[in-house]
Amino acid sequence: MSTDLSNVEELAISDYKYGFETDIEMDVVPKGLSEETIRIISAKKNEPEWMLEWRLKAYRHWLTIKHEDQPHWANISYPAVDFQDIIYYAAPKRKIELKSLDEVDPELLKTFEKLGISLQEQKRLTGVAVDAVFDSVSVTTTFKEELSRLGIIFCSMSEAIQEHPELVKKYIGSVVPYTDNFYAALNSAVFTDGSFCYIPKGVRCPMELSTYFRINTSGTGQFERTLLIADEGGYVSYLEGCTAPMRDENQLHAAVVELIAMDDATIKYSTVQNWYPGDKEGKGGIYNFVTKRGACRGNNSKITWTQVETGSAITWKYPSCILQGDNSIGEFYSVAVTNNHQQADTGTKMIHLGKNTKSTIVSKGISAGKSNNSYRGLVKVHKNADNARNFTQCDSLLIGDRCGAHTFPYIEVSNESAKVEHEATTSKIGEDQLFYLRQRGIAQEDAINLIVNGYCKDVFRELPMEFAVEAQKLLSISLEGSVG
Amino acid sequence: MENTRNKEYYISEFKKTEQSMNGEASSAFHQIRKQAIARFDEMGFPTVKNEDWKYTNVKQLFDFDFTGGSAGVVTKKDVDALHIKGLNENIIVLVNGVYSEKLSYIKKQNSGIIIENLNSVLKNNPELVLEHIGKYASIENGFTALNTAFAKEGTVIFIPDNAEVKGHIHILNITGEAGKHILTQPRNLIVTGKNTKVNIIESYHSTGIEENFVNAVSEVVVGENSSVEIYRLQQENSGSFHINRTQAVQARNSVFTHYSVTLGGGLVRNDTNVLLDAENCTGNLYGLYLTEGSQHVDNHTLIDHAKPHCQSNEMYKGVLNDNSRGVFNGKVFVREDAQKTNAYQSNKAILLANTATIDTKPQLEIYADDVKCSHGAAIGQLDDEAVFYLRSRGIGADLAKTVLIRAFANDIFETIENEAFHEHLNNLVFEKLG
Amino acid sequence: MLTVKDLFVRVEDKEILKGINLEVNAGEVHAIMGPNGSGKSTLANVIAGKDGYEVTGGSVTMDGMDLLDMSPEERAREGVFLAFQYPVEIPGVSNATFLKTALNEIRKHKGLEELDAMNFLKFMREKMKVVGIDEKLINRPVNQGFSGGEKKRNEIFQLQMLQPKLAVLDETDSGLDIDALKIVSNGVNLFRSKENAVVVVTHYQRLLDYIIPDFVHVLVDGRIVKSGGKELALELEEKGYDWVINPEPAAATV
Repeated sequence: MSTDLSNVEELAISDYKYGFETDIEMDVVPKGLSEETIRIISAKKNEPEWMLEWRLKAYRHWLTIKHEDQPHWANISYPAVDFQDIIYYAAPKRKIELKSLDEVDPELLKTFEKLGISLQEQKRLTGVAVDAVFDSVSVTTTFKEELSRLGIIFCSMSEAIQEHPELVKKYIGSVVPYTDNFYAALNSAVFTDGSFCYIPKGVRCPMELSTYFRINTSGTGQFERTLLIADEGGYVSYLEGCTAPMRDENQLHAAVVELIAMDDATIKYSTVQNWYPGDKEGKGGIYNFVTKRGACRGNNSKITWTQVETGSAITWKYPSCILQGDNSIGEFYSVAVTNNHQQADTGTKMIHLGKNTKSTIVSKGISAGKSNNSYRGLVKVHKNADNARNFTQCDSLLIGDRCGAHTFPYIEVSNESAKVEHEATTSKIGEDQLFYLRQRGIAQEDAINLIVNGYCKDVFRELPMEFAVEAQKLLSISLEGSVG
Repeated sequence: MENTRNKEYYISEFKKTEQSMNGEASSAFHQIRKQAIARFDEMGFPTVKNEDWKYTNVKQLFDFDFTGGSAGVVTKKDVDALHIKGLNENIIVLVNGVYSEKLSYIKKQNSGIIIENLNSVLKNNPELVLEHIGKYASIENGFTALNTAFAKEGTVIFIPDNAEVKGHIHILNITGEAGKHILTQPRNLIVTGKNTKVNIIESYHSTGIEENFVNAVSEVVVGENSSVEIYRLQQENSGSFHINRTQAVQARNSVFTHYSVTLGGGLVRNDTNVLLDAENCTGNLYGLYLTEGSQHVDNHTLIDHAKPHCQSNEMYKGVLNDNSRGVFNGKVFVREDAQKTNAYQSNKAILLANTATIDTKPQLEIYADDVKCSHGAAIGQLDDEAVFYLRSRGIGADLAKTVLIRAFANDIFETIENEAFHEHLNNLVFEKLG
Repeated sequence: MLTVKDLFVRVEDKEILKGINLEVNAGEVHAIMGPNGSGKSTLANVIAGKDGYEVTGGSVTMDGMDLLDMSPEERAREGVFLAFQYPVEIPGVSNATFLKTALNEIRKHKGLEELDAMNFLKFMREKMKVVGIDEKLINRPVNQGFSGGEKKRNEIFQLQMLQPKLAVLDETDSGLDIDALKIVSNGVNLFRSKENAVVVVTHYQRLLDYIIPDFVHVLVDGRIVKSGGKELALELEEKGYDWVINPEPAAATV
């Protein structure tokens, strides 16, 4: 009766439903990277001198990092990236400064509608403020006025550099310095846009803030930079979504996200990452090399990273928390699904520096097809971090017999009062569970989805409602055609 | 490049040894040594840049010019004091890395069984050694290369199919000589046939306070339906360096059980690896380390599930005091063919002082889907309330701690079936905790 | 309704069922009794379509449909229900979600409209009363943290919810105390009708005090060695399985 398996295998692997290309006139800087490219990007964005200087410093540092010193410890393999074969700037040709949504290129609006984020709808119905980044530039930000009444700044990075240079100058690179790693240096040199958000003292942001990223132009790299600051007692919940069209070649996405939480501030950062994963033969797809880090600078501050990663050919990503403030809390909830030839090496770092700091890590990895899925995490308790607590739960689920699941947790403790607990399991999707559900009339694919969704519940619970629903859908799409 | 200088030191020592050889330099075995020294020349000593040595820096080794020592410095009385009651039927003694016939005692065994010094087996039965040596403990770092290059002393235990071994076998290593820093590089080879059972105790001790360096390698072949149990006790002085590599390979339906107990030593690094190379094998790795002062104890384990239907159990527990540092790196590797694998790993440590450090990295690397694998790691401290409870019942603070540490280690004790070893270890733990 | 003809089944290299014949009509309750290892659960699992059983001969049909040619979910949608001996736990999937999905799959298959959340809830509440199942259990993940009795009760609750044509109860009495046994039996008895049929697989007679069978079959070593009315169960209880395995010498000389 094992014939069912091959039937399932025959089911065509579902098409990547976001794989359309939008036909919009683009302003493109020719391929290649040099000081000249950076000067052009900076000039196009009319940036102040200090910004250009910072970019150039980062670029010069990047040049000193040998390519063989690129992060290599991750459990992934891929051909070397040719950094001269990438377009570093691509923007829709129509004027970028828009007064209202009516001025947005209708093609672009259609694109966002296809993505399920009609900005107009969003504006009217959901009360989610959206900043949409298309290839390299931010095209529109909704709800800006309403937010500004509360003193909240939510705009594109380019705009922030123009309008709030003092804030950008103070915080950019303060959590992820350009010397941090190869891709952080590259991003600092060439980042084109991204989102900026500042929550002033004592303000609770009344709506979810959201950014959608989309890579459209062929051969473009996307290097966005996000900076989010919650001042004393501030609160913000921030959502990030990503898509890209289907292309044969690999495209590079190397973003940097910096979060800063001051005393009593809370930042929730949720990501649903659905970059194009490549076709079922492993051709094409996004290389997603991202540096995300949050600093709990203040006492009683809290940063929560929640991520659902179903896309990208290769993912290399470790959203981390530096728990500097006393009583600060870091949380990481992650679901990473890999199918076909995808490779993911993802996890987190929790660096305990302050006293009474707490961190929680819940990671659920699901591997199907011929994919490889690794969890890599570091929990570090410094000498002075009295009473640090960490709990880590790290589970891997295997679907089919050609995939791999790996766990590499590093635990470094230098304080006797620390309590660190790590639990990990790896198991196959339960045959008995599948049979039980099928015996009640539920088809194999649906049964897999039910089981996998149940398995990920601890993470989905952390997502805002609309995102949780989207995440579940993505999960079923990316598992279609996997073997039970 | 002090690293190179020290590498050169060992290479020149090798050349000196070679020149003093007569006919042996042309023996087949010596060719293995020559290949090994060439590998050592390529690799040198591992540095912290190597992921496997990230937490253990061996550069202190380069502060000393280690040499050989003489066998005459230890008396029978010294050795007798190290016998373990109930485990002392066969005793092989190595003093400063050299086999001492007069201090050793081996029962008359059934025909075909070999319990003998490596050097003499190399003379009497070199084929046996050549068939196995270096076949399991492949050269992955400079230390194994160095041991192989200098392989001469050590113990060979060979048990043919269905042969019954009389008594336990205790390999007792004593190192130290006044005014000298001694280097010993024991090389053990344990090969069992079908349907056999053997219990081996491997203990390491120091005389005096000088810094010595033990670089030991053991290769273990567990035959079909056989059981091999090894208890390794490290009790050297606090200045000693001990690098130990144990590699076991298991055949069908076999059981391999290894206990690694580290109470002494200054810098200790153990690589204890098991290859489950046939169906229905069970591999058990247990470890207990109690550290104080500035001890550094690094336990690396690798359980390699290469075939289906095997199980492995691993449990390491550590108690760290003062400025000591513990490292645990346990890797469970499940290969594509190894369906129906059951692997369980647990690593727990207690920190008794704010200046103690533990770095742990349990790893699961899994390429088969029908498996059950789990690992757990926990780092904490003694439960203050439990200490208080005991004290409120009249038990002194120190004893209360000792009692609770012993209780923490109890999971390990529960796995010990051999009563004599159980009792000996219990005494050692209480002695160490004072 | 259910016709099992000359059924031979292997598990790995071992022949478990060696020519089973069974005819179950609508409105009937059949009990299959036998000692441990006789093949009772194998028969139940083969009817439901579990992996790992190789049918080497014979057929299983329901109302003329070849069950062996259908996937487990197709069989379930046609009305085959297996009450499991060991109901599996499914973390994170709530009982309610699970049942709603299953019920709507079956309804879809029958060409009925899917129930929306409101109507489903209403329907579920009615059935909960029938089986006396606690609201708490409905919102918990499927079978997770349930006691043995709760798991079995949950199976019967699902039987009520899904209203199959053929219910196969695999050792539903194992691990139940007398009160739970009564509740479970009551659920099954309420389910019984002229249109459906029940096959009760059990080692012990005691369940049959509450679910009165029309026919009793004794399964020994992969074969039905004796069939009869409900009194056969009592006789077995009294004399033990040895009575059918090693009949008196006189009877053995055929």
